[in-house]
Amino acid sequence: MTDLATYNFAYLDEQTKRMIRRAILKAIAIPGYQVPFASREMPMPYGWGTGGVQVTAAVLGPDDTLKVIDQGADDTTNAVSIRAFFQKVANVRVTTKTADATIIQTRHRIPEAQLQAGQILVYQVPIPEPLRFLEPRETETRKMHALEEYGLMHVKLYEDIARHGHIATTYAYPVKVEGRYVMDPSPTPKFDNPKMHMSPALQLFGAGREKRIYAVPPYTEVVSLDFEDHPFEIQTFSQPCALCGAKGSYLDEVILDDKGGSMFVCSDTDFCEDRQAKGHRGALAADTAEAAE
Amino acid sequence: MYVAVKGGEAAIRNAHKLLADRRRGDRDVAPIQLDQIVEQMSLAVDRVMAEGSLYDPELAALAIKQARGDLIEAIFLVRAYRTTLPRFGYTKALETAQMQIERRISATFKDLPGGQLLGPTFDYTHRLLDPELAEDAPIEAPDQREEPEVFTPRVTDILGHDGMIEEDGELPEGAVAGDLTREPLTFPLERDLRLQALARGDEGFLLGLAYSTQRGYARSHPFVGEIRIGEVEIELDVAELDFPLTLGTIRVTECQMVNQFKGSAKQPPQFTRGYGLVFGQSERKAMSMSLCDRALRARELGEDITATAQDEEFVISHSDNVQSTGFVEHLKLPHYVDFQAELDLIRRMRAEHEHNRLAGVETKEAAE
Repeated sequence: MTDLATYNFAYLDEQTKRMIRRAILKAIAIPGYQVPFASREMPMPYGWGTGGVQVTAAVLGPDDTLKVIDQGADDTTNAVSIRAFFQKVANVRVTTKTADATIIQTRHRIPEAQLQAGQILVYQVPIPEPLRFLEPRETETRKMHALEEYGLMHVKLYEDIARHGHIATTYAYPVKVEGRYVMDPSPTPKFDNPKMHMSPALQLFGAGREKRIYAVPPYTEVVSLDFEDHPFEIQTFSQPCALCGAKGSYLDEVILDDKGGSMFVCSDTDFCEDRQAKGHRGALAADTAEAAE
Repeated sequence: MYVAVKGGEAAIRNAHKLLADRRRGDRDVAPIQLDQIVEQMSLAVDRVMAEGSLYDPELAALAIKQARGDLIEAIFLVRAYRTTLPRFGYTKALETAQMQIERRISATFKDLPGGQLLGPTFDYTHRLLDPELAEDAPIEAPDQREEPEVFTPRVTDILGHDGMIEEDGELPEGAVAGDLTREPLTFPLERDLRLQALARGDEGFLLGLAYSTQRGYARSHPFVGEIRIGEVEIELDVAELDFPLTLGTIRVTECQMVNQFKGSAKQPPQFTRGYGLVFGQSERKAMSMSLCDRALRARELGEDITATAQDEEFVISHSDNVQSTGFVEHLKLPHYVDFQAELDLIRRMRAEHEHNRLAGVETKEAAE
């Protein structure tokens, strides 16, 4: 590829990669702690995955196979754009199959399939600070983390229960990592929180605009905050996926008409397609629907 | 039957093809050339260089052309290029007292060494649209001064002689100025990093904050001590040489705002300063920067922090338009996974609400 001449492998220069790797190593050493790093301007806008892209660029090697998802899907526009970026600047193999990927960059979801040891899951993070919406000042939240002063977060969750009867946080649901740092899992639905716990894969979090990297090393305790009498619960869906019939996967609602008609399908497209390839059928899958017609 | 929406790749390709078409516009109209942008849209070029933090008029012009005239997009393009450039070193501090001056005004003294020079300014023009500009009417050559340029000391140096105004201050021995593009910011900031952030900050954001200080939110009784625009030499210390190497000249706008200060236990009453320095010609930005700089010195000067413009973490965290535009515009990206979670919650809460309503008052009372 001749257009590679003007950029280093994976876009970032080696000095920058080294700086990011140091931050990643520190983050792995202190699970859940937000490590400041000198985030670079990237050729995509802040808030569009620059943190995840920098982390991926720093850990990516020529032998890696990369998968990029947004909302669980490989074919959403920003996932397509980031995948194309790494194909262009690093010429790496890409895949949509979770099992085949060595690095998975994600926004808003954790794949349904169990991740394996050796895989790296890179999260794009907009606001890394779990306490940010309770205390907007970085100078304050830094102190709160240092003193392990998380009462404010528990008060917030308690107020939810007092007002609504249950905790009204559905995504970016705060977790405690290895019994020490309260961490924002990025805006994944709380449905995905249990997947972070004791995961064999390395989980890296990059926030470009906010210049923070944090990590959950493999086999680390990740516990969603809750109360004894109000234990943490994940979302459940009343119907299976309309395409593959999966029960217990996270579903997207797809609007079918303007009369309130909708269907629910897996948000993880690879998981759904894999199940369909194995012959699983939902109520509205193409051949089932045709047969019914 | 439902068919999943596929083809993000083709859609993106087609969108960018359409963008290129719209950028070019009507093919019967001559394409705009970079030298035309550099020469005739020079203040736009200056803004892109200033907020893009890269002094290169031609690249700024290319960015403006590529961005279809969207200056924040152009600034973003320049920043994303700048970040890939190697650092050879850091130049010596600019000697603005040695500036080749094109414009220099002071609002604090009627006349002063070096004189007042209006230069190429919109000030005192009547803002009447000029239909002649739509045509290609010849433009008269400007008058040039004949006397040799005289040394023009900075107003703050003139005032400084009798201690009326605070001095520049000295950096501790061996101090190296920070570089916000190489280290993440940690609050509170030292003034070097704060000025760097302000220098690349969004002109409109800083203008609004500066205006707020004039309207009573952290009023600082400012006077324009001096604004000067012109060319200054850039010098670099090179390891092999025992004299600094001149790399060339750049055009900058410098503003020194002079502000009242009632004094404190440690310091006698004297004038304090707010400082603004911007690539190219941009008085609005340089003045806004100096007002914001002065407001942000509240902590250092022991003043009460009561207003937004004095709040360093707030001002600096939100002044960068490349960051702001990225994060505001990221709301365009799909959020349907989170939205689904919220939909589910609202449905559940509505069902509970309805259930409670139907169950009647006694349930509610029992619960209480």
